[in-house]
Amino acid sequence: MADITHTAPTEDRQARRINWGAVSDHAVLIAGALFMMAPLVMLIQMSTIPDAEIMQTGPSLEIGNQFWPNVKKALLGAMSFSGEDTGLSMFRSSMILGLGFAVGKIVISMLAAYAIVYFRLRFATFAFWLIFTTLLLPLEVRIVPSYEVTQKLGLLNTYGGLIIPLIASATATFFFRQFFLSVPDELVEAARIDGAGPVKFFIDILVPLSQTMIAAIFIIMFVFGWNQYLWPTMITTDESKYTLVQGIKQITQSLEGTHIPEFGRSNLLAVLAVLPPVAVVIFFQRWFVKGLTESDK
Amino acid sequence: MAKLTLSQVGKTYAAGSQAAVSGVDIDIADGEFIVLVGPSGCGKSTLLRMVAGLETVTEGEIRIGDRLVNHVDPADRDIAMVFQNYALYPHMTVRGNMAYGLKNRGESRQAINDRVEQAARMLELTPYLDRKPRALSGGQRQRVAMGRAIVREPAAFLFDEPLSNLDAKLRVTMRGEIRKLQRRLGTTSLYVTHDQLEAMTLADRLVVLNGGKVEQIGAPLEVYNNPASTFVAAFIGSPAMNLLDAQVEGGTLMVEGHRLAQVARDAGPVTVGLRPEDLVLSTSGLPLRIDYVEELGAQRIIHGFIGDQPAAVADGSPDAPLSDIVHVTAARADIHLFDTTTGKRMDLPAETQIAEATA
Ligand SMILES: Nc1ncnc2c1ncn2[C@@H]1O[C@H](COP(=O)(O)OP(=O)(O)OP(=O)(O)O)[C@@H](O)[C@H]1O
Ligand SMILES: [Mg+2]
Repeated sequence: MADITHTAPTEDRQARRINWGAVSDHAVLIAGALFMMAPLVMLIQMSTIPDAEIMQTGPSLEIGNQFWPNVKKALLGAMSFSGEDTGLSMFRSSMILGLGFAVGKIVISMLAAYAIVYFRLRFATFAFWLIFTTLLLPLEVRIVPSYEVTQKLGLLNTYGGLIIPLIASATATFFFRQFFLSVPDELVEAARIDGAGPVKFFIDILVPLSQTMIAAIFIIMFVFGWNQYLWPTMITTDESKYTLVQGIKQITQSLEGTHIPEFGRSNLLAVLAVLPPVAVVIFFQRWFVKGLTESDK
Repeated sequence: MAKLTLSQVGKTYAAGSQAAVSGVDIDIADGEFIVLVGPSGCGKSTLLRMVAGLETVTEGEIRIGDRLVNHVDPADRDIAMVFQNYALYPHMTVRGNMAYGLKNRGESRQAINDRVEQAARMLELTPYLDRKPRALSGGQRQRVAMGRAIVREPAAFLFDEPLSNLDAKLRVTMRGEIRKLQRRLGTTSLYVTHDQLEAMTLADRLVVLNGGKVEQIGAPLEVYNNPASTFVAAFIGSPAMNLLDAQVEGGTLMVEGHRLAQVARDAGPVTVGLRPEDLVLSTSGLPLRIDYVEELGAQRIIHGFIGDQPAAVADGSPDAPLSDIVHVTAARADIHLFDTTTGKRMDLPAETQIAEATA
């Protein structure tokens, strides 16, 4: 009994002692997070007050009553005469582009890496390095021929035209190749003895094993696709297929006009453009870190 | 369940390179437990993987039952394999791992379930059926790998050093379990190991491989008592057999100028093999200059030199005091003679026994 009454208070004191290291860590992180959030908060604040007022005062601490009208304008209002480039339609285009990019690139590059790593192809290594060197030729360098090919295929102003010409990914192929190379050979052999052919092995074993890798690539490629500006601008003239990133540019153009710029509306569109990448990262971040750092085989 | 026949099996990996395995003839009876043993790189895994169908057979024929399987797909050979690193599917549960092969064969869900449950009960894995391999200990993973083999009810089990990732104590336990399980199921088994003790304890028959060739095939005791060559003699048994250069002079076997025994042999050099446990300390015999002594509790191993040839003696009375030089002798039956140049065993003709008796 004596023992217990003696040790209990010391334990208590230990538990109550403040870990200053952790506090300062958190303080730095919270400060950093607030700092990063500030522009976003300012955008939202400005969208609550009338545009004319912003012209005079700029960002302030005032919360006005224009938020919902601005939301409605941003989502449903069109910027052009055709009336097809509403916030919602641009959001949909961006989403199709981002998802199409991410999913397409993952499928194509996984299949390419599977072929390179697991099949006795002639020139497999050569093919891999050939794919790899395309990293040296980013879209900007080859935009004219790419445009020409797309145009000849009749893919201008289609989602296919937005996605398919950019769907091959040397980066993703490289990552998947490295990952597949690290999968132990015995696993393939065990699967062979268990009667799994190439397709079964890919679907039943390799794809589930690559989960974390797929998540990591998905984030990178989704954000990459979502943020595309140059390519959609080249390919789409049809306003119903404009993406958010294109739309934001249009609003900045209108800032140069003579009438009062629509700050509230453009700010909300900018927020809208930021949300999906943020959501994707938050949703996948656990796998993302895992996929790039550790392997659980 | 079936017999397994290897005839003149050979493997050359790249054209022009040396054969990894050559001219292997083994007839394995139904239900027999065969252990392939040999030093690293001698082609044990290569041979096993050829039986599994994971490597092409470049020479000879492999039959499972009466079926020639040289060109049959691994899945259709009716074998199951246990890998050194277990090769469990990390994303599947224990149940999923065991069921996967059956599922691919298109067995009914009910049948799969029954067999998995039964195997799990046999291996005491029932509580872990819904865990992922990551959440299991090494020994448990090993048992899952066994379970995956058992549920297939194959004609033959193939094991490639399945215990070498376990700690020493667990290895002994699992060794016993594998043996019991194999007896119980009566499935023909081919087991690869480089550990001669594992080989001795598990095997119905040992196959000792050296440089891709079969050096000797036989029951463990037969191989231990009558090693066919100096290679087998040195490989099987621990501590290793002493191999000493000796001379036959006028019917007497002389080691470093000291008489060991009478033999009816032509004069000339021979290699004499003496197991440390067969040597006895005595007042006369070969003088052994002691270098150091290993105390093992029940016995001690005395290492030293006869002349300038290293030799070891297992001494069963570890409490007796030792002088710097001890004398050792061996019974005639415990003396193995090998050809100095070929390393092959020279079988002792009957008259040596007589010579011994009259000496
Ligand atoms: N894929 C391969 N390509 C070329 N040579 C190989 C290949 N696999 C094995 N070898 C060679 O074949 C020989 C036998 O190899 P094997 O793996 O069968 O040895 P082992 O007896 O299993 O050795 P260990 O006990 O170290 O596993 C070795 O000389 C090895 O270098
Ligand atoms: Mg091996």
